[in-house]
Parts: sequence; C-alpha cells; structure tokens
Amino acid sequence: MDIHRHRFDAVIVGAGGAGLRAAIETAGKCRTAVISKLYPTRSHTGAAQGGMCAALANVEDDSWEWHAFDTVKGGDYLVDQPAAEIMCREAVDAVIELEHYGLPFNRTPDGRIDQRRFGGHTRNHGEAPVKRACYAADRTGHMILQTLYQQCVARGVAFFDEFQVLDIAFVDGDPRRGVAGVVAHELATGDLHVFECSAALFATGGFGRIFKVSSNAHTLTGDGPGLLWRRGVPLEDMEFFQFHPTGIYKLGILLSEAARGEGGVLRNAEGERFMERYAPTVKDLAPRDMVSRAMLTEIKEGRGSGPDKDFVHLDLTHLPPQQIDEKLPDIAEFVRTYLGIEPKTDLIPIQPTAHYAMGGIPTNVSAEVVLDAEDTVAPGLYAAGECACVSVHGANRLGTNSLLDIVVFGRRGGAAMARYVEGREPPGLPPGFEDEVKGTIEALLGGPGTARVADIRAELQEDMTLNASVFRTEESLTAAAAAVDRLRHRYRSVSVQDQGRRFNYELSEALELGYLLDVAQALVAAALVRTESRGGHFRDDHPLRDDANWMRHSLAYRRPDGSIRLDYKPVVGGPYLPMERKY
Amino acid sequence: MATVEVQLRIKRFDPEKDRKPHWEDYRVEVEPTDRLLDALHQVRWYQDGSLAFRRSCAHGVCGSDAMVVNGHNRLACVLLVRDVGPRITVEPLRGLPVLKDLVVDMDAFFAQYRSVMPWLVNEDDPGDTERLQSPEERARFDDTTKCILCAACTTSCPIFWGNESYVGPAAIVNAHRFIFDSRDEAGAERLHILDQGSGVWRCRTAFNCTDACPRGIKVTEAIQEVKRAIAVPPSQP
Repeated sequence: MDIHRHRFDAVIVGAGGAGLRAAIETAGKCRTAVISKLYPTRSHTGAAQGGMCAALANVEDDSWEWHAFDTVKGGDYLVDQPAAEIMCREAVDAVIELEHYGLPFNRTPDGRIDQRRFGGHTRNHGEAPVKRACYAADRTGHMILQTLYQQCVARGVAFFDEFQVLDIAFVDGDPRRGVAGVVAHELATGDLHVFECSAALFATGGFGRIFKVSSNAHTLTGDGPGLLWRRGVPLEDMEFFQFHPTGIYKLGILLSEAARGEGGVLRNAEGERFMERYAPTVKDLAPRDMVSRAMLTEIKEGRGSGPDKDFVHLDLTHLPPQQIDEKLPDIAEFVRTYLGIEPKTDLIPIQPTAHYAMGGIPTNVSAEVVLDAEDTVAPGLYAAGECACVSVHGANRLGTNSLLDIVVFGRRGGAAMARYVEGREPPGLPPGFEDEVKGTIEALLGGPGTARVADIRAELQEDMTLNASVFRTEESLTAAAAAVDRLRHRYRSVSVQDQGRRFNYELSEALELGYLLDVAQALVAAALVRTESRGGHFRDDHPLRDDANWMRHSLAYRRPDGSIRLDYKPVVGGPYLPMERKY
Repeated sequence: MATVEVQLRIKRFDPEKDRKPHWEDYRVEVEPTDRLLDALHQVRWYQDGSLAFRRSCAHGVCGSDAMVVNGHNRLACVLLVRDVGPRITVEPLRGLPVLKDLVVDMDAFFAQYRSVMPWLVNEDDPGDTERLQSPEERARFDDTTKCILCAACTTSCPIFWGNESYVGPAAIVNAHRFIFDSRDEAGAERLHILDQGSGVWRCRTAFNCTDACPRGIKVTEAIQEVKRAIAVPPSQP
C-alpha cells in the first residue's frame, strides 16, 4: 500500500449539495480539495425530488417569518430558533442564486419561479397550506446537484473522486487545538492519501442504511459522523430520525411528498382518507413524523391493505393525467418500474421508509463544529448538510428544508472556512498519522476473522427496524442496545475475502459497516434516555412531549472504552413559544 | 413471494491477477421483482466478495451502475429480474478501459463532458431577483436536463467505439441543455466546439444512444437539433 501526500489549505469531505456549495464559496479564495467516495454527480442530493422552500411569494402571499414558524413547529420546538430564522431568511437569496447559476426551475406563466405546496408549510402560522416549494418537476435535487457541480467545473475545483476519507488528525490529537489533516483510501488503487490542511468541512450526508427499509443510497453510511466521533467530537440529537411516509412498499424508494402537495391522498384498506382524522386542517400534508405514525397506527389497528395488512395506499388516480406527467414524472416512472402498476389508474402500496437524520455533528450557524454544551468551537472543523446538526430541523425536518439546509449552510461553512485559512499555514501532521488506518485495513484484509460484513449489516438493519424506528419503548431500545453491542463485538472478527487492492468494494463496505455501527450505537443510547415523545422520536411508554425536562439537545460522546457518555444543552429559544402541535 | 434461481454470467477482469477477461457463472436465489443490482449484491455479499461494480442510489437517479446486460446498456438498479429472464449476461460498458470487472475508467467520459462548457454563461447582472423564463422557453431544453451522466448513451455508440476523440452523445446532450436555454449566452461558442472534427458531425444517427438512455432522453433528436443549430444558428436575444 503506497502512501501519497498532498498539501491544501482546506479539504471538503463529500460532494453532494452541501460539499459542492461550500466548494463554490472557497474557489479562488484558498486551495481546496474536494474528496468524495463517489463521483460528485452520484451523490444522494440527486435523489431529492419535491422542492426547496423559500418565501418568494411568487404565487401566494408569504413571508420568511411564517417559514421560520413552520420550521420551528414542524421540528416540535427542538429547533434552535435563531438558526431557523437565518435559514428561512437566507432561503430567498439561496433560491435566486441557484437560478442565476442556471438551475432550471419550473416557471409561472409570467416567467417567475413557480411554487407548490409541501407538508407542514403554512400561511400565517398554520392557517392553511401555502405554496412555498420552488421546484423542477420532481427532480429538484438532481437539478441542484447538477447545477452546483457545473459551477464547480466552471471554477476548476480540485476533485478527488472515489476517495473515501477514513480518519482526521487534530493538533496534539485534540479537536480543541485545530485540524491538521485527513487520510483517504483511494478506491482505484487501494493506496492511502494523506491531506495536510488547516481546515476540513464534512458534508458526508446521512446514514439511513442502519435501517432495513430506507430511501437512502447504499453509500449513506455515516462515515463523517462516525470518524469524527471516534476522535472525540460529540454527536447531537441522534435519537431523532425521520421516517418518510411514502416509501415504495418493501423497497423504500422515495415517492415525493410533492405527490400529496399536488393533491394525492393516503387511503387505508377501507378506502378512507384517514389523515382527516389525524390532522383535520392540513390532512395529508401534515409533517412526516405525524403521517408515518398515523399510517402505522392504521396498520396496527387492522386497517392496512394487502394479504398481510401491512401497508396503506397513496392515491393519485384523481389527479389529471397531464399533471402527473408534468409535475411528477419520475416518481410515476418509479411506480411503473418497481411495482409494475400505473399510478394514473392504480393505488400505490406504500410504507414509511427511513429517510433523514435530524441529528449529527453539532455546529453553530457558521457551520463551525462545536464540541460541548458551552458551544466551544473546534478550530478549522466544519460540517454542513445532513451529517450536521445546526439545529434547524429539531426533532422533525419539514419537507424541502434539507435542500435549503445544504445550500444555506454549505455556503456559510465554505465562507467561514475560507476566512479561517486565510494567512494560516497547515499546523503539520503528527508523524505516522496514517498508521492507524493502514493497520485497520491490513487487519481486515489479512485477518483470521470469520464474521461476514453482509450478515452483521443485515442483522443491524433488522434489529434497528424492529426496535428503534417509528415507535420505541424502553424495552425495545434496551434490546436494540444489546444487539448493537453484540454486533460491535462480532465486527471485531469481520474478514474480507478479497485480498486485492484495486476497487476492493468488500473492504469499503467493511469500513462503512464500522461507521453504521457507531451511529446506531449513538442513536439507541440517546433514544433510551429521552423519556418523552417529540418529533421523530416517539416512545409508547412516554407518549407525551415533556417540555419541562426535555427542551434540550443530547450530545453523545464516545469514551475510550467504547461506551457512551451523554450530555445535554438547552434549546436556543426565540419568538415562538412551545405549543401543542396540531395541524 | 416465491424466489427464483437466476444464472448470472459475468465478465470478470482483475488486472492484478488476470492477463485477459474471462467469464464466471453464479447462481443466486432472488425474488422476481428484485433488481439485477440485488442479484449482483447477492454475489458480492455471499459468494464472491471480489466482484467489483459501482452503485449507490439503487433506483436509477445516480447513474453509477450502467453496464451491458444481455447485450444492451442498462442500469442494474432499474432492471427487474423478471424482465430479463433467468439467464443474465453482464459485461462492463464498451469503449472505456476496464479497471476491474464491471468498473470502467470514466476519466475520458468526464473530460468530454467538461469540453462543452457545461455551465450557464451569462455576464449580465440579474440583480437580486430571478431571470425570467417562460414555461415554453423552459420546456425547450427540459428533456436534456434529465441526464445523470451514467455514460450508457456514449458507450452504446458505434462511432465512439471506433473513435475515442468523438465527444459522444452525453457531452452533446449536456451542451444542448445550455444551447437551448434562453438564459445562456455561450451557445455560439458551444456550437463552434461541436462543429469540429470531434463534434456532432461524427454522429451517424444509429439511435443506440436513445435506446440506451435510462432517463428516456431523446438523445438522437437532441444531437440532430444541435446539428441544425450549427447549420442555422438560433437567433441570439
């Protein structure tokens, strides 16, 4: 295994929307390497469908304050309100900027950016749904990813494609002392590349692959949060994971909320539009956590469809066929391809699918990583997008706010990082920094182990789905914690058959499994302790929100012995006082 | 659902140990509604960990897993086993160097993409509002915005196989996306690039590219539109 050395001012890890937007910001300001385990255009931002909300008021009266209110309420009041205000205020400029970059938004008859409805987005503090989501058919994420990549190509950004970052070095091994570099594994050769730098921005996306049925790509395995966690950075609010209501039955492939924004409705086995009972005002456009729970409640009470009564239907049959062709072409095609049915005439079997991590690497509003309840900044370390927790999504993210998050905080992180590295020289790497990664890889390749990656991963996904998903109890979470511990133990004897160096995907998957186990461990530990129900975290044994005790973010730290220490920090309030979350 | 047995015949090549490519057969149990990608995973996860293929999203939007399936360029994640039958032959994309098994070298492909200036060029300051574009103007280039850069079209093109300097269908599609965008000002420059010996005139309208596109882009038609635009340049605003 050869070692190659590089020197940059800054590195960006991950090349989805957040990483690419950050790269546009640092271009021309500092020497930046964008390191991604995929070709940038393969990133999962490209799978986002429905839209990106901004109070442009192109179609209906709107204001960014209403957007901020919806974001805070949608997040079940765990949102840090100053951060949500920044995101919703800057949303308007962010959308306009993307248009200027060339993004082909759908247009109104007078040529302006068109907007449509989306779950949880309302007029005047909950009065009625509002048209706020700017969109490009049902491939908005694809257009954002392509547009940002095009802008990076125009700027000559230095990409290291198919390089998987596996470790980070801090000065004296202490995140409080500054970033010194990262080490990456080059898939094509199996070589290691050491990047000496002053700053690093992590934008590695989510980790939905800890669950069995997920809308997430195979490659969304929590690499960024996992490797930072091992080096002393805490993970915030990991217990909050979003299950999107409309995943294709068994496959989990996402059918955008835009389907309901365009007028689609959910029906149980009796044909009833059951969301009318759960959210009388906004009905099918209630936030995702509520809709997913409503669906599973219908199923639990015997009103599910199919031989096993284990799914409900998404009904688009009453929409004009032309509207489906023009506004929802991709998801209609997914239904035809994977279910073999016609969405214009057939009901679509759906189930909740693991979709989005609200929690992640804690940051402030400049995307600087913070290390404790006092918000101590890790100098030179940044995170943005799904892998980060600002927190703008609180306990439950509203639809479209993820595309907004990546653009707003990708830009902020890139700008802050460019300022940080100005006039600064990389502090120097500790000698032999790459040895640990080298040892890990050699142990996996040459080890005597007998455990198989696919078996451990499948068991993890089964256990997490059974015991730590939409509905949780102390009993189920205790079982999940025991399962994760058992699997972590087995992971130590995992082995890789393929002894080759080039494109050793078996090795990559083994390394990714290590991160999946990390983030699952943090999720379960935080969920077990939070004895309330809020947003995406629902405890059958504690079904109510408990503002007196739990208006606080969790911080999970990994101790040297592998166990977890939990700390907490208060939610940053603002104009909106917690109230009951009715829609 | 009852599982079915599928026989996969995969063209393998590992330059670390093979002098030339060879075929290997695998039998896997899958559900008829499983994707070809699921069958390939069965092999990598439970039979032969060394099988190399790219993949990510698993539902046809990231463009990682284009490969030749029973002679046709397809995405492995968009193809259901029941639609290909019980015997499936899988090869790497043609016309690009094979790095290992089903993994090809994409560098030349992305270099072609970059050569057509695939970004919006407009020097006017639009201020702090959007540029206006009518729904009709927007529709003019809608089809070519769908490209996911999977290389299925370019590597299905017989001209590209015989002449690697040909810029190829995917690059032309991405040039088309900007040439016909009412907001763009560099159409003439792109048309000039595509008027060179490596450009659109190499195309012999074999239609392989259109058949291969997993996004249903009318690739050949886009190439024809670019040819016509070179012959009669669209009026600049």
